[in-house]
Amino acid sequence: MMAAVGEYVEAPAVPAAVTQRHQAVGFAVMVAFFSVMPFFVYPIFLMKALCFALFACAFNLLIGYVGLLSFGHAVFLGSAGYVSAHTAKVWGWPPELAILGGAVVAGALGVAIGFLSIRSKGIYFANITLALAQMVYFFCVQAKFTGGEDGIQAVPRGMMFGLFDLRNSLTLYFVVLAIFAGGFLLTYRAIHSPFGQVLKAIRENEPRAVSLGYRPEHYKLIAFVLSATLSGLAGGTKAIVFQLASLADVHWTMSGEVVLMTLLGGLGTVFGPVVGALTLVMLEHYLVQLGAWVTIIQGAIFVVCVLTFRRGIVGELARALKKPL
Amino acid sequence: MFGIPPQALFGQLLIGLINGSFYALLSLGLAVIFGLLNIINFAHGAQYMMGAFAAYFLLQYAGLGYGWALLIAPVIIGLLGMALERVTLKRLYHLDHLYGLLLTFGVALIIQGVFRYEFGSSGLPYPIPRALEGGKNLGFMFLPNYRAWVIVLSLVVCFGTWLVIERTRLGAYLRAATENPTLVRAFGINVPRMITLTYGFGVGLAALAGVLAAPIYQVNPLMGGDLIIVVFAVVVIGGMGSILGSIITGFTLGLVEGLTKVFYPEASNTVIFVIMAIVLLVRPTGLFGRAS
Repeated sequence: MMAAVGEYVEAPAVPAAVTQRHQAVGFAVMVAFFSVMPFFVYPIFLMKALCFALFACAFNLLIGYVGLLSFGHAVFLGSAGYVSAHTAKVWGWPPELAILGGAVVAGALGVAIGFLSIRSKGIYFANITLALAQMVYFFCVQAKFTGGEDGIQAVPRGMMFGLFDLRNSLTLYFVVLAIFAGGFLLTYRAIHSPFGQVLKAIRENEPRAVSLGYRPEHYKLIAFVLSATLSGLAGGTKAIVFQLASLADVHWTMSGEVVLMTLLGGLGTVFGPVVGALTLVMLEHYLVQLGAWVTIIQGAIFVVCVLTFRRGIVGELARALKKPL
Repeated sequence: MFGIPPQALFGQLLIGLINGSFYALLSLGLAVIFGLLNIINFAHGAQYMMGAFAAYFLLQYAGLGYGWALLIAPVIIGLLGMALERVTLKRLYHLDHLYGLLLTFGVALIIQGVFRYEFGSSGLPYPIPRALEGGKNLGFMFLPNYRAWVIVLSLVVCFGTWLVIERTRLGAYLRAATENPTLVRAFGINVPRMITLTYGFGVGLAALAGVLAAPIYQVNPLMGGDLIIVVFAVVVIGGMGSILGSIITGFTLGLVEGLTKVFYPEASNTVIFVIMAIVLLVRPTGLFGRAS
């Protein structure tokens, strides 16, 4: 039997209650960390990390628990960004509606792309999602409302629910943290529900899941749409934070980046995508003056991870501590 | 015809056929590699670009012209590919094939990053060889000699490869190893060496396409990046791993793209992806693919 992606980080046999207690502690530590950090570090930088962390969690839902490697996830991030930016700037929507609108559109795109790609597996799936994503990219290059190469700039941040003034960067930060925590808990809940168990069963042995009366296509499509919607949530939030929606977020290099974040953090681990996203955003922040070297280093991390570090940071940590993280 | 001047129509068809030649050569290489190794070689676009750069270096530093580049560049880049397979890819065969895709993606990022760091994003010129300068007036259009040469050579290489795989003993071994590598090894055939050589050959095809492209598109670190995704779509339409399918769909989709440029230019970038979506709905395994 071929070793499946994500198989390396399968949780050791620990009772579910113990696992959940560990992970609850982990979640508390994570939230505490992100609540304290803005008083020490530039909040915009942290918000970037949070948006990517949510994006990577959404991506991990597919690769880690369904075993599907989507190479086109940037589409959901980027198109949601365009929708949020457009609705907030041109239509004057409040930020909460703009972000929600982005997530809904990303979910709808997820239905279309998922419907076309979900019947295929493995490399075929990666290939097809990549090509469909490139189609959406070219659409974004040519469409009027995306602003082409310029993107949509100077997006207003506005008032969240008419209460929170997002022009204050600390207020904005805690709103972003709340969105991230909500999305994180949603993926966690999905993975640890009966629905999530069926997903894992399909990943491990699809014919057997079929023989037990499950329809893999339905489950996979729901997981795909959920992942797309959460990616859209991340993209919409990112557009409001940076007041910008641009082609870079739709391009396939962004799809590659989210794969790298998840791989580096640990495929199929609960906290891996967050750690991976934080690490990579930090790395890019310090390497940005090196220009082309960023790509080279990203590539090198890819190669090293695939060859010798397939469990990722959190996966290795979980193994060393003998605790599922 | 339909109010389109024949000059424009045939001009775009020629460009389509040229693009189709590159699609066919590249997707053929991908198909050969995929057939035996079961990985999608994401570094294919970078290796195509390296082929063009190899031609440029040979001319600049060794004084070797186009003819030599056509022979030497694919061999050099193919050897580099084989080294890559020996050192890295070989270690991943016992894992999920997705790891091979991720590894070659990383390699592509490194190669493109290094070349961009050295040469920037603007292209380096490569002259059309003197013997192939000029062109012929066919009455309805002007046909540059070099472009005709690209189409003819690519057709010859593609169908030559197809013949070797389908009609020779070596090709029979290859097809057998694709079906059942363990059994073929039991017959005393060195399958790991065959895998290395196959990867090298596929990479060599990409490099050959790169040399052919150098006089047309200039030599540019980014020349392979977006092209390879179109080629992925071509491979999906043709059916992954199908040799003849990749050749035929490569040329056909080049022509379709050229026609789209004439009749509905806005869609010319997306037409191949739209066709892919339709093919997936009707025949998920691709036009020439076998049911998996």
